[in-house]
Amino acid sequence: MIKMKNVYKKYSNGVVAANGINIDINNGEFVYVVGPSGAGKSTFIKMMYREESPTSGQIFIDGTDLSSLKNKEIPYLRRQIGVVFQDFKLLPRLNVYENVAFALEVIEETPTEIRKKVTDVLALVGLSQKARMFPNELSGGEQQRVSIARSIVNEPKLVIADEPTGNLDPDTSLGIMNIFEKINNRGTTIIMATHNKDIVNSIRHRVLLVEGGMITRDEYEGEYSYEG
Amino acid sequence: MKGRTLSRHFRESFKSLGRNGWMTFASISAVAVTLLLVGSFIVMMMNLNKMADNIENDVEIKVVADPGASSEAVKELQNKVKEIDGVASVNYATREDELDKIIKSYGKELSLYKQSNPLGDALYVKAENPHDTAAIAKKIDTYEYTADVVYGAGKVEKLFDVVEISRNVGLILILALLFTAMFLISNTIRLTIIARGREIEIMKLVGATNNFVRIPFILEGVWLGIFGSILPMAAIAIAYQQIYAYWQPKLVNEMFQLLDPIPFIIQVDGLLLFMGVFIGVWGSLMSVRKFLKV
Ligand SMILES: Nc1ncnc2c1ncn2[C@@H]1O[C@H](COP(=O)(O)OP(=O)(O)O)[C@@H](O)[C@H]1O
Ligand SMILES: [Mg+2]
Repeated sequence: MIKMKNVYKKYSNGVVAANGINIDINNGEFVYVVGPSGAGKSTFIKMMYREESPTSGQIFIDGTDLSSLKNKEIPYLRRQIGVVFQDFKLLPRLNVYENVAFALEVIEETPTEIRKKVTDVLALVGLSQKARMFPNELSGGEQQRVSIARSIVNEPKLVIADEPTGNLDPDTSLGIMNIFEKINNRGTTIIMATHNKDIVNSIRHRVLLVEGGMITRDEYEGEYSYEG
Repeated sequence: MKGRTLSRHFRESFKSLGRNGWMTFASISAVAVTLLLVGSFIVMMMNLNKMADNIENDVEIKVVADPGASSEAVKELQNKVKEIDGVASVNYATREDELDKIIKSYGKELSLYKQSNPLGDALYVKAENPHDTAAIAKKIDTYEYTADVVYGAGKVEKLFDVVEISRNVGLILILALLFTAMFLISNTIRLTIIARGREIEIMKLVGATNNFVRIPFILEGVWLGIFGSILPMAAIAIAYQQIYAYWQPKLVNEMFQLLDPIPFIIQVDGLLLFMGVFIGVWGSLMSVRKFLKV
């Protein structure tokens, strides 16, 4: 599913955020990405859907070498990947329903399909009652769930989430984890950057530890393996 | 692209005009003011051009034959002149005709010259291209039996220069105005887009293509252009008809004639509409460009 070879990323300000990353992630895996702030977790994730490009090295998604993608092919890569952004990235002028539907409008899905899929996914994340509300009328956890709904409504084979439980209370976090577990059980690959020790230690999955732009530990059924 | 996507783009473009009320107003005003100026310029230029053409086409060479030359000799001269490359027509006026003309303009007192006419026969020569007048005149001057060859030497060249300069200056002014308008509009739209920059970024990150993001902006530019040209189109149409109705009857000289309002005004208005839409689309494309690089 995802393969990185000697990936190196230096930002224009000179910061090296990925320093020789090699990794293989298979179809259907659930992977936590942990590590201190500024370690390069977000950069690692952003390179998978080409929000950032590596300075050198190769990244393959489903066998496609991302460096061979032309600019106009990038939208089609992104449509195969559901992304839950750290800052949600909801469109402020659209309500919950429209925000989720937007991901389907972009791919020119039929109105009937859009209605069906959006209704289903809103039920899955427990937001059916708030479909007509706008992002600024929602709590952080609810916005987070809208963002999740949008990322999975298109039924992508890969879902990437950057700290989806950051700043949420434990109950809400568990609710969100339940959603990810559900879609993982349907065969979707999940990559999730997180700071949430309790979750990593209780719901066991593969854990990648990122430090200083490098993967310093890679364990199946791993534990939250650093203090900070 | 599917029909419903296109109709979504149309809806978005109209919504956006409404949401950015003041910016919309500012852009439309910028287009309107520019097109009003450009339109007035074009109307003036085209009319000047027409008058210049009339004057140009009126330039002719007067060849005065030796008073002693026989009419056969002058006829021969006429044929020779006709042979010259670039000569359109040669008209023969007898010395009597010439004298009548002078009497007509200067008064009956000159009638006494009818006793012994001091004038020579004359040939009126027109060039196919007015700019060749000088060369043709020079050539005729070398022929026999020509007493004098006149064509307003110097004056004609000067006239051509003036026409040429005013055409160029007008063109430069029009281009400068258009450029200013495009700059104004791309800036106005840019201001609204900076606010929308984050939205564009989000759209791109969830997989929207550049065209999906861009088309509503292009349509918005089209509407700005159309709304911005309506006022100047109407103003110029009405004003020109008024001016035409007032001045045309007073312009008796054949050289100074205004262009007929139909089809002239329709052509000018069409051009203004085209320029308005072009400015609007160009402006919005310029300002959206940099946000698409996500
Ligand atoms: N767009 C950027 N430009 C410059 N430096 C950046 C940019 N994004 C991240 N960085 C830097 O790269 C390093 C890794 O950042 P990031 O990948 O966001 O880490 P994490 O998500 O683990 O906190 C940090 O030092 C950060 O300051
Ligand atoms: Mg981060």
